[in-house]
Amino acid sequence: MNSSFGNIWCITKRELSGYFNSPVAYVFIVIFVLFANFFSFMLGGLFERGQANLEAFFTWHPWLFMVFVPAVGMRLWAEERRLGTLELLLTMPITSWQAIVGKFVASWIFLGLSLLLTFPIVFTVNYLGDPDNGVIFAGYVGSFLMAGAFLAITCATSALTRSQVVSFIVSVVICFGLVLAGFEPAVNFMRSVAGFSDRLVDVVASFSVMTHFMNFQKGVLVIGDLVFFFSVILFSLFSTAVILRNLRTN
Amino acid sequence: MINVQNLVKDFGPKRAVSGVSFEVQKGEVLGFLGPNGAGKSTTMRMITGFIPPTSGRVTIGGHDIVDAPLAAKRLMGYLPENAPAYTDMTVGGFLNFAAELRGLRRDAKTRAVSRAIEMCFLENVVHQSVDTLSKGYRHRTSLAQSIIHDPEVLILDEPTDGLDPNQKHEVRGLIKRMGEKKAIVFSTHILEEVEAACTRAIIIDRGQIVANGTPAELLLKSDNAGAVSVKVVGAARGAVTEKLARIEKARKTVVVSEGDNVVWVRVLPKGQLRNGELAREVSAVALTEKWQVQELHTEHGRLDEVFRSITSSDVAKKEAA
Repeated sequence: MNSSFGNIWCITKRELSGYFNSPVAYVFIVIFVLFANFFSFMLGGLFERGQANLEAFFTWHPWLFMVFVPAVGMRLWAEERRLGTLELLLTMPITSWQAIVGKFVASWIFLGLSLLLTFPIVFTVNYLGDPDNGVIFAGYVGSFLMAGAFLAITCATSALTRSQVVSFIVSVVICFGLVLAGFEPAVNFMRSVAGFSDRLVDVVASFSVMTHFMNFQKGVLVIGDLVFFFSVILFSLFSTAVILRNLRTN
Repeated sequence: MINVQNLVKDFGPKRAVSGVSFEVQKGEVLGFLGPNGAGKSTTMRMITGFIPPTSGRVTIGGHDIVDAPLAAKRLMGYLPENAPAYTDMTVGGFLNFAAELRGLRRDAKTRAVSRAIEMCFLENVVHQSVDTLSKGYRHRTSLAQSIIHDPEVLILDEPTDGLDPNQKHEVRGLIKRMGEKKAIVFSTHILEEVEAACTRAIIIDRGQIVANGTPAELLLKSDNAGAVSVKVVGAARGAVTEKLARIEKARKTVVVSEGDNVVWVRVLPKGQLRNGELAREVSAVALTEKWQVQELHTEHGRLDEVFRSITSSDVAKKEAA
């Protein structure tokens, strides 16, 4: 057991150093923080609302992560396939699960770090008013879990192809679908124009990250939402394992 | 150490490897020969557990690669085709990573890395990014990765591909030296390498083993093995072939070339003659005939001839069918 954690950590360390050895990582982080703040202040109207909360900040996260996360995760397996190092990695005395988890965790840490670097906005609202920091904390937890779900999906699409670009586009499309399925206007559209029954609309919406992320924003930690995000992550990582297996078996 | 039994791999309807079996013991270096697309790499990928076989069994030191992959992989070092390495790492970083994946920590890791660096002559590029390395250095970096844990079994897919003649020589020497204590399988299509480094060679064609033996045994399969080649100055072609054809042990005489007052004749033996019997007979004839002999030697056969006759005759047969 000890050595399996050792192997996972070994992969994670390599991936993390892979991120920070190139300037791209820093550019990513700067762009993310910039956009997160731009959306909350300019489009979300954080000041104009006159409310001491971060609703204007978190509302944009699904849309931001939908593009940002695939950009961070697209190289995970695609690059490995392109370089041929996949053969090297999978003939090492480690299981493919250890490799999959190791890579996933590295990128998740990177995303978590980007998210943490938005901390000044928390100080801003605390300085201006008296927000419920528990709600803000829950929002961050939800945001981090959502990033993990998107990342796991990107892992799977990345394993599908040698091309990072293809991996990026496919995962953006999937993530967009997951966001849209629970997005208010889209839900209304399904109900009124497409004429779906209420039951069907609810089922579709319950597959959306939007629906589950909403509860976190309100400061509510519901077991169901945690289960949702973790099952998306597990399912996607499992798909990654299946894709890698198929790749080897042909 | 390596035991391969009846290995079969199908890619869709195409059978890439059909029924390959062999064994490699400690102290043996097995050369794996074959034309491109013969199934060399596929076989090696199955041995190392990268792709599962359609049927058949591979055991490494008694561990089945399918049932006990981790135990088998621990005993093995592998250099895949095209010598991949992470381009975003330095040579030292990459080797440290490989050592850690092999379960080496702290002092053991440091020692293993510096040993591999020394063995593969990478001292000058330790802190350089793999991205910026020349092909030869990149190749040796990947090779260093495969020997980092001093494995008992080494599988090397074209270890000298893309190296310059000096580096090829160094790598061959390295393989030969390591082969004294390890079981090594390496593939190549450079035939001189087989003679230089292998204790045994297997020729594989269209997924099947078509020859298996020591380099010397393979050489004997050459049409010209044991033939005596003689160059005579100032004698008529007809006279030379006539006299030589009378030798009892000669099966056939062939004029290889003629011109500038020199006749070059090859005398092919009946059956397998050893110890230069035929050469002595030829020189006796030359003496009695008072020929001026410019050159006389027994041919040992050439591996590329053997290779070509074994692998291309099958192709020709197949095309004719």
